Amino acid sequence: MSTTLTPAPAAPTGTPARAPRTDLTRPPFGRLVRVEARKTFDTRAGLWLSASIVVLAVLATGAVIAFAPDEALTYEQFASAIGIPMAVILPMLAILSITSEWSQRSGLATFTMVPSRGRVIAAKAVVSLLVGVVSMVVALGVGALGTLVGSLLTGLDPVWDVSPSEFASIVVANLLGMAVGFMLGVLLRSSPAAIVGYFVFTFVVPTLSMTLAAFQDRWADAQPWADFGYAQTALFDGWPDGEQWAQLGVSSLPWLVVPMLVGLWLVTRSEVK
Amino acid sequence: MIDVTALTKTYGAHRAVDDLTFTARPGRVTGFLGPNGAGKSTAMRMMVGLTPPTSGTATVCGRRFADLPNPPREVGVLLDASAQHAGRTGREILTIAARTIGLPISRVGESLEQVSLTATEADRRVRHYSLGMRQRLGIAAALIGDPDVLILDEPANGLDPAGIRWMRDVLREFSQRGGTVLLSSHLLGEIEVVADDIVVIGHGRIVAQGTKAELLAGAGTFVVPADPADAATLVRACTDAGVEVVRDSDGGLRVEAEAPAVGRLAHRADVPLAQLRAADGAGLEEMFLQLTADTQRETPAPLRGAAA
Repeated sequence: MSTTLTPAPAAPTGTPARAPRTDLTRPPFGRLVRVEARKTFDTRAGLWLSASIVVLAVLATGAVIAFAPDEALTYEQFASAIGIPMAVILPMLAILSITSEWSQRSGLATFTMVPSRGRVIAAKAVVSLLVGVVSMVVALGVGALGTLVGSLLTGLDPVWDVSPSEFASIVVANLLGMAVGFMLGVLLRSSPAAIVGYFVFTFVVPTLSMTLAAFQDRWADAQPWADFGYAQTALFDGWPDGEQWAQLGVSSLPWLVVPMLVGLWLVTRSEVK
Repeated sequence: MIDVTALTKTYGAHRAVDDLTFTARPGRVTGFLGPNGAGKSTAMRMMVGLTPPTSGTATVCGRRFADLPNPPREVGVLLDASAQHAGRTGREILTIAARTIGLPISRVGESLEQVSLTATEADRRVRHYSLGMRQRLGIAAALIGDPDVLILDEPANGLDPAGIRWMRDVLREFSQRGGTVLLSSHLLGEIEVVADDIVVIGHGRIVAQGTKAELLAGAGTFVVPADPADAATLVRACTDAGVEVVRDSDGGLRVEAEAPAVGRLAHRADVPLAQLRAADGAGLEEMFLQLTADTQRETPAPLRGAAA
């Protein structure tokens, strides 16, 4: 017998195909944002990570009240104590929003329901941005509460020593941290790799850069323009001036913008398995 | 309707899917059969836009999958029942699907009912699901948009016999309403009970395709003479007529011809028969083994008897 049978036109059985659908429209972007927001909080990991922002903010505030000397109970003190855990957790949220689609393989469902991956990723970016801003506002509130409670306990006047522009630049710094997490997420598409990558990025690279600058004059001169981490330190000393913004912009090209573009290209092209 | 034309995927020098062309038609269940690693999943991922093809095209409902405005309303897809966030409940996964597609949340309960997952089961996290429950959840997610086409990769995997029967009924009903079903399996038995058309793939290439009836017909007719002593006479009659015949170990003969022709041959040779019927699934299974063996090894395996 022959090993290849010619396909005979199949006699249609059953009823013919149903009439084509007419009510089909692309899911609007707002809907994708709402779905992605839901997905951020509907797992234990996501829920606890988000909750931990509030929990750690409260704990940090309590620690400042408990351990800092009375005259140090200023708003800035609270803000920076709360800022440290936030600066770590917010980028993790940004990373996981991307990488869980690959690490948990839910991307198979996500990207067959919405094949235009760019729109899904954009929706995730919007959610990360919103979560970042809302978290910062919560932190602002918790810090203010801490300042008031501190002043009640010490009897000193509350010290409001964080200006709106300082607060704004801290928000920018945290959003940049989230952007770095997002970049590592799309570039690596693996939760453990991206998380490790983030710590290398924020802790190892700056140390190496500082060490190099100590021995290499040329690197020391170039550092403000070439070291993204170094350029970001300006954000923690109030609102940056024009040159510092320029340095942030230039140094972000190799460290954030270009890898982000490569990552986005990879996300839209790569296989989802 | 699913149209696959010259679909090819290469990874370096390896051709995972090699020039695949077939059509899955409305109103029919098309079985995509092949051993593990034959390229079924890669082909299906290309059909739904998760893997970019090296060359060739695949269209679903007349369009590239990526060009469908709201795919779940037209195509239900289940590629891997375990590919879900383990920390979500079954109900949550369907809720996300319903919200993404823009369906009322009432569809979640309906599709849970469709696949017989209870409310308690739906509220458990997928981490605690058995493979069979995951398959049911995956079918629910594929059906939630009330699509015209289903693309299912190994959907019967992990189902118990009752589950397989349930799946068969679901797919049969779906196709009888005019839907197109493409399902893959590495087990012939699963495909055989449900498919109308079969595409057999080995090493990325199509090795046989046609309706189930055609492929079964290729297996010939099974015939048992009433008197075992007549077997030799019948073999001679068949050979004289130019029809290939193989003696079975238990006194039966497998003849490469349709049953009526074999009946006439036996009548002319004056051989009374105890049995005369189309060779059953064993024939298709043998063909499957043979075809896949051909492509799995470079040298063809010895074929049965004279039927080479």
